Amino acid sequence: MPIKFPFSRRAAPSDAWTKCPTCDAQVFNKQLERNQRLCPSCGHHFRMSVGERIDLLLDPGSFEERDAGLESVDRLGFHDDRPYADRLETSRLKTGLRDAVVWGIGSIDGRRVAIGIFDFRFMGGSMGSVVGEKLARCFETALSDRIPAIVVSASGGARMQEGTLALMQLAKTTAPLVRLDDAGVPLITVLTDPTTGGVLASFASLGDVILAEPRALVGFAGARVASDTVGEEMPEGFQSAEFLLAHGFIDAVVPRPDLRASLSRLLRLLPVAAVEDGQPVSADRGRGPLGAISGLAERLGGAVSETIGIDVETAADGNGTGPSSPSIPGREEST
Amino acid sequence: MSDAPLLERATPPSMAATEEAWSRVQLARHPQRPRTLDLLPLIFDGFFELHGDRAFGDDPAIVGGPATLDGAPVMVIGHQKGTDTESNILRNFGSPHPEGFRKAQRLMRLADKLGMPVVTFLDTAGAFPGPAAEERGQAEAIASSIKLMTGLQVPIVVVVLGEGGSGGALAIGVGDVVLALENAVYSVISPEGCASILWRSRDEAQSAAAAMRMTAQDQVELGVVDGIVAEPGEGAHTDHGATGQALRAAIISALRRLSGRETTELLASRYARLRGMGAYLETGAVSPGRPKVPSLRRRIGRILHLPNVPRRPRWSEIWPSDDADDESERGA
Repeated sequence: MPIKFPFSRRAAPSDAWTKCPTCDAQVFNKQLERNQRLCPSCGHHFRMSVGERIDLLLDPGSFEERDAGLESVDRLGFHDDRPYADRLETSRLKTGLRDAVVWGIGSIDGRRVAIGIFDFRFMGGSMGSVVGEKLARCFETALSDRIPAIVVSASGGARMQEGTLALMQLAKTTAPLVRLDDAGVPLITVLTDPTTGGVLASFASLGDVILAEPRALVGFAGARVASDTVGEEMPEGFQSAEFLLAHGFIDAVVPRPDLRASLSRLLRLLPVAAVEDGQPVSADRGRGPLGAISGLAERLGGAVSETIGIDVETAADGNGTGPSSPSIPGREEST
Repeated sequence: MSDAPLLERATPPSMAATEEAWSRVQLARHPQRPRTLDLLPLIFDGFFELHGDRAFGDDPAIVGGPATLDGAPVMVIGHQKGTDTESNILRNFGSPHPEGFRKAQRLMRLADKLGMPVVTFLDTAGAFPGPAAEERGQAEAIASSIKLMTGLQVPIVVVVLGEGGSGGALAIGVGDVVLALENAVYSVISPEGCASILWRSRDEAQSAAAAMRMTAQDQVELGVVDGIVAEPGEGAHTDHGATGQALRAAIISALRRLSGRETTELLASRYARLRGMGAYLETGAVSPGRPKVPSLRRRIGRILHLPNVPRRPRWSEIWPSDDADDESERGA
């Protein structure tokens, strides 16, 4: 049951019309659906659901969802004006999704890709443990299958209700990208309205090629947070796709009707690196034992037994029980 | 934390938990709390500060350079808050601009090149959110710092000194061992920011602090922090010397634990540590887009034009748009 808020921007039922925020035209929702959710009079890009995005970008019938069963849990016992678990349930009912990202394997003009797609309607596309896990698996599959990875983002940032576990998803989604670099597998990110906060401050800014939809809100801090902190009104358009293009942080602003063709061209132009001698390009960047630090240990010798005030060992054990949720089979802590 | 709530409905934090969390936040922000530059001489020898990102400028909100720890060279990087109004203005209250993170990256690359372990100190309310920071790519600077640290071929020890504030903290906070001072806090967004979004009032910062479970002890239970370094007396602000000594011992101990490792092993365990972050359920639910009719039967049926062979639904029929744009659900 969709919960409507009095300040919801589009309060009309979905079988009626929507007011375009750019040109104020009244647009029939059916018309929007037929028109890639573009305003027929001014071309305003309305947000898309993950389903519409799949149909827009991928070859018909090619998409196969992976890890559909991953579900968020309320690890913190988070409660603001209502429990996190309630918010999750509301979003699930509203969207039919289990969390804010769907990932899977599909093809674009016959080329296989590992693709993750955000849906902003699920808790503002916020990135919690499930979003991070799905994207990490998406990147790891791109690595093992040696196919390009694509992420289409639409997110307010890290999911506050998961606390620092959400913050750690920035690192969890970024770590596999080092391996993609080593293995010669490209990542393309597509920033759609809006892409802000922790999502922009991790994988979304790290695409080998970064595209964005016209006039998408793209920035680090929400304008409200920024003006609260800085104490001044932010200049108009300082967090738009066009602003980022002008300042050199993205490669192109691509209107939605051209997006699929642009991705297809890029996939042709940016091949996965060739495999050498039948061996995947080595991800081993090792260069032997850590000389300096080994020396440090020798020099320290017994002195470290004087360590006071901390017992890292014990704390690390506590760490092992930390993710006691049924979440992380076979992933050993090794600090 | 075996009694961690998973699926049962959460309740608002108790008054006691709220007071406890807020008192830690206050201690973490205490004006006399030792800052990075206060502690460096107490922990390391011969710190030589290096400046500038070689591209735009020097950010006084992040300091760093080589030093020795018990005779061995290390690279030290930390946020730097001020101690009074004047120094806080100079240091931008410890909130870095992109050039600060890019300076940190430069120093980390140098450490990587020379095989020096990296020790970082986190003490920031967060990366600066102003227009100049956006213009110079704040998000990109944070993202590329995180990426650099995940692949750095030398050991990294991270110490949360005071406030571990969101992406601005994590940008220099990816490590093999993460330690926290007893009264340090670590959070995905400042309690004020969280309160203004979820409670729609900055006055609820205390409730937000408790709800986000941001104390050092909470972070150990969540697996984000590996060890707590005890503070002297009423808190680190009462005795900088003793705080420095405790940190020195803890950092030496942590580096020693990392010292024997091969680079590949070090990187593999760092990867596993990050990869294991988070909590979720792996249910057996299948995708709603999974065809209910076996594809071979469907294909043959299509070719032979048999009746009653259902087509695969379009994904936009499974997950259509609706009108429920809920602006209240925001992230950080």
